[in-house]
Formats: sequence, structure tokens, C-alpha cells
Amino acid sequence: MSSAAGVPAPATSAPRVPVYAGTRDYIAAPELMQTVNVAVQLGRPLLIKGEPGTGKTMLAQSIAEGLGLRLIAWSVKSTTKAQDGLYVYDTVQRLYDGQFGEGDVGDIKRYIKLGKLGEAFTSAERVVLLIDEIDKADLEFPNDLLWELDRMEFHIPETHETVVAVHRPIVLITSNAEKELPDAFLRRCVFHFIDFPDEAMMERIVRVHVPDLERRLLDLAVEAFYWVRSIPGLQKKPSTSELIDWVQALVGGGVDPQEVRRRLPFMGVLLKKDHDVELATAALGRRR
Amino acid sequence: MFTRFFFLLRAYGVPVTVTEWLALMRALAFGLALNDLQRFYSLARSVLVKSEAYYDQYDQAFLAAFEGIETPAVIAAEVWEWLQDPLGFPGLSDEERRRLVEELGEVDLDELRRLFEERLAEQTEAHHGGSRWIGVGGTSAFGHDGVHPGGIRVGGQGRSRTAVKVAAERRYRGYRTDVEVGTRQFELALRRLRQLSSRNEGLADELDLDETIEQTAENAGRLSLAWRKSRRNAVKVLLLMDVGGSMDPYARLCSSLFTATNRSSHFKDLRFYYFHNCVYDWLYADPGLARRTAVATNHVLHELPSDYKLIMVGDAAMATGELLSRYGIIWWGEANEEPGIEWLRRLRRHFDHSVWLNTIPADEWDRAYGAATIRIVREVFPMFELTVDGLTAAVRKLMVRY
Repeated sequence: MSSAAGVPAPATSAPRVPVYAGTRDYIAAPELMQTVNVAVQLGRPLLIKGEPGTGKTMLAQSIAEGLGLRLIAWSVKSTTKAQDGLYVYDTVQRLYDGQFGEGDVGDIKRYIKLGKLGEAFTSAERVVLLIDEIDKADLEFPNDLLWELDRMEFHIPETHETVVAVHRPIVLITSNAEKELPDAFLRRCVFHFIDFPDEAMMERIVRVHVPDLERRLLDLAVEAFYWVRSIPGLQKKPSTSELIDWVQALVGGGVDPQEVRRRLPFMGVLLKKDHDVELATAALGRRR
Repeated sequence: MFTRFFFLLRAYGVPVTVTEWLALMRALAFGLALNDLQRFYSLARSVLVKSEAYYDQYDQAFLAAFEGIETPAVIAAEVWEWLQDPLGFPGLSDEERRRLVEELGEVDLDELRRLFEERLAEQTEAHHGGSRWIGVGGTSAFGHDGVHPGGIRVGGQGRSRTAVKVAAERRYRGYRTDVEVGTRQFELALRRLRQLSSRNEGLADELDLDETIEQTAENAGRLSLAWRKSRRNAVKVLLLMDVGGSMDPYARLCSSLFTATNRSSHFKDLRFYYFHNCVYDWLYADPGLARRTAVATNHVLHELPSDYKLIMVGDAAMATGELLSRYGIIWWGEANEEPGIEWLRRLRRHFDHSVWLNTIPADEWDRAYGAATIRIVREVFPMFELTVDGLTAAVRKLMVRY
């Protein structure tokens, strides 16, 4: 094997790929940073899964900020169709314009409105495209986007145009795993599961939101929080945002730190279901 | 070692494909994670594994493949070997080989080889700082193993666990959800259960182009928009499930089907009831068959019109008395005046479309425990096995027009 018949390779021929290293307000675990960079370099969509409150959506903002790129966010809802992300043809507007003689009706292009994906493809600079909560949509939704995400292009039959990505956007997809995603889709993705933060990480997160906090109260609250999460059979485990609310309630209510352990004051802030409150109360009883 | 890892992953039940394997090789050839087994651990996981449910199996396979590996330099050697002969990968099926050839068509191998050589060369030189992936962690495994004993130090953050140790911890054991396997396939099969409604229900939210042109023409050219109601699925489903006793081994399978049906938001209506062994005078809304949730079977028959599609789920295996005798019920809370078979026939007669999904595989129906009652029930209901294929066939049966 000889590379290109004796022609010396240029010194900097390796693809210049920006490296993401986290941002100041978003502390990404080293593993996560690495995975982001793998996805960027391979040009594959990055699928992020994790419990609510593990900062999936914020990661997209952080990647955009860290790499100095614009963020285009597409929030998926249960009624969202894959087509909405590509373009929408506004027939009604065109008919009205035809009626009242406004604008150039012969120019169909004026009535083609690009969706978020179309916007990302046509952007003059590289962008970060966030497809948020993909599992909210119909079962077929991810499959319908497969081709477009793979080839980074789509066709508009109305204008006989093909929209090709000027720059391959960095695609980030988040999922809460409400539904399983199709295999063909998964094969094309790079995947990362964000672990629930450990106690040390969680204390840092709470500190960001509640800065003036007594050390002892924070320790006890976080400890109690993980104890509650460990109760078997909970229907809905409390997440980060509930912990933050709870800590604020504890501070606001002037609760004696001793009490936190003993009787979990304002338990309703952490647990939203009767069933869970009953379980926690029973577990508390056994602990005493 | 690499190919062993690939097949170990499969042996542990991680569904890896050649597409993903190729992606891993490309990433390695780009020089990502060459000198650091910890990086290799998470790189390979992010490319090969697509659900946290398989993280635990991945850890086990990783452990089996890389335990005792002193230096990741072997990884570089194997990537190099692969780059020379990507198709020489042993143990692939013909189908996989075909796919690999197809995918390789999109990869510039010469370019990859050159890139890889470049990266390797950089390794042996002094480090350039943090601008490249290799060397970011300040470790160089190529010829410098002595710097960090074991050669598989964790990058950054001062954590001192090695990748193999991380894998050995099996932190993701709790995320295994083998229960969920199959749910999606069931869901897909159920999607065929679809029959579009006529356009006379619901909101008018779709532009009717033909009608718009028609009306506009009649309106002497003044635009008049016409809207119509969009068509929706009109299929209504009644699901009756056998629970307890001989059904216990199939609880997981049934729960997959249940989850899939429940998630199928496209039905116009969906009702569930439970029974034990056979249907008699009462059905139960609760899988524990709690008395307070009992509903008279006659009431259900009266309330639900015949266009509900009936899906019975059960093994149909019971003592013949339970099916054919008065008072044959083994459930202590009830006494049946009529044999169970009469109730089954009544259900079958009432609904236009009905099927029975049997949790026992079809090839065992003739010799399984309960073969006698299975035979009788099959005379009443068209029976299919509860597998993806069986469900697909059953759905087809449910959609047949008379």
C-alpha cells in the first residue's frame, strides 16, 4: 500500500473538527464531552437519553455556546410530523393572494416555508440542531426523518428543488424513552445515557441555584433526597428540579436541619403522588 | 481480540450490527481514543450500544474481552490490521457481509489509512498540547508504558479507576429492562389495526382543494375555501386477558402486549378486562381479579357494540371440566350455571371480528398440557400464537371484511 503514488501528504490535511470542552455554566462529565466530539467527528446524530432533570436540553445550548455556533431548537410534540421540520406549503395564503392580486402567485417559492430542519440545512454557517423529545411524536416520526438526517438533503416537489445542507449541522436528539426508537434509526446514531448525578455533583448543582445555603442543611437535604429516591416501588422518583424546590422550601420555612432527617418536612414538594407519600411515610416509620 | 469483543457483545445480548462496527473502526482510525482504554471504553459504548438497558451486558462483554490487557497499543495494532482487510472480519453471515460491502462503498479507506498513520506518527512525537484528541490526557501509550503502570489510566479528573474496573462495577445492572424487549414490535404489528373513519366526525381542519375550486368557480371566481374533516382511525378494541395460574410464566410476554396495546393511541377506544382460565359470568377490570372490580360479562356484551374487535389472550389450557361443565369454575368466588364454552361462543357470536392469541407456541398446541381444551377453543376462535408474527396474522384476520 502506498498513499497517492509518492505525493507527500499535506501537513494539515486532517479534517479540522472543533472540539467541545464544556462551558462555564454547564459542567459536562468527561465521558459526555468525549461522546459529543465523537458524534461531531463521525457526522452522526447524537442521541441523548436520561431521567428528567439531567440537563439534556441544556447540553445543546452548551454545545452551541462552546463551539460558537447558532442553536436551532425543534421541540417535538405529539402532533408534530416529520414533514413540519422540512417545509410547509402555504396553499391557503397562495389562494388568497391569487384572489386579491397581491404578490407574485406564480412564484411558488414564496409559499414554501422551511421548517427547523430546512432552516438548519440552508444556514450559511454550521449550526447545532436540537430535536428535543423525539419520543413525544408518532411512532413513525424518527423513521420518516432517517433519510433526511443521513443524506442531509430533501426534495421539494412543488418547486422541483432539492435542499442540500450547506454545512452538515451537528444534530442532537433527546429522548425520555417514553417509546422505543426504531432500530434503523438507532444504528445511525451515537448514543449517550446521562447518569443521574451523584451526591457530590448534585451538591454543586443545588449550589448554583441556591447560593447562600448552610453547608449542613445542604448535606442533610441531599442525603435525604437520595434516601427517598432509593425507596423501592416509587411511582415517580423526585428529580433535580424537585430537590431544588424542596431545598428552597426548607430554607424559606426555617426548618431545623435536625428535622430534615427525622420527618422529611414539606415532603409534598418532593413526592407528587399519594401512593409515593404513603410509601415514604411508612419507610420513615421503619427507619426511626 | 477485537472480533472477539464483537461476538462477545452479541453473546451477551447486545444487538450490535456491522454498521455500528464500521462506525467504531472509523472513529478509531480518526485517532479517537487510541491511547487510552478508558476512552476506548466509552467511545465503543457510545457507538455500539443504543440503550442504557444494554449497558450492563456491554460491561460484562468488555470485561471478558479486555481483562488483563496491559496496554491499549494492541488496539492500534488491530485497527491497523482491520484497515488492511476490512472484509476479512470472520464469522459474519452472508447478509452482514453484503451490508458491510455496501457501507464500505461510502468510506474512503485509503484516506482512513493515511489519517491513521498520521495519528500514529503524532503519538511517537512530542505532544502538541490539547489541540488533538490524542495526547489530550497527557498519556502516550506508544512506547511509554512505564509512565503509568498498567497503561490504562483514566483521562482527566484525577479518577483512578481503570476502564476494566469501571466495567467490573456493573453500575448499570439496574437499567436492564429485558421486559421491554418486543414491546415495539408488538406496537408496530398493532398499528395495522387501522380503519379510517368516514369524513363525518370530528373537526373540519383539512383544506379540500377540489371542493374549493368547485365553490370558487360557482362563486364567479371569488375565492371560497372549503374545509373537510380529516379521517381518523375508527377501530375499537376489546382485550380480554387470562391471568394467574398457568399464565404466570407468560406474565412478561403479556405485559409487553399490554404495554404495546396501551401505547397504541391510534385506537378510537380500547377496553381491557381480565379473567382466569376461562370467561364465565364475570370479568374483572383488575389483573388481581379483585371482586370490587368485577363487571358482568353480559353487561360488557350489552354495552359494547359488535364492531369492537375482540382479542382474547390466554393459553386456553385448563381441565376439560372448567370449559365444558356447569359449576366447572375453579375460582372460589363464583359459581357458573353455564359451562365456560357457552360464554366463549357467546363472545364469538356477539363480535364481528375476534381472535385468540395463545401464549403457548403453535407447534406445541397438540401436545402441551391442555391440548384437549386448546383444540376445543380453536373450534370457537381463530387462534394465533402470541409472537410478533402471530400478532401480525391475527391483526390481518381482524381486518377482514365479511
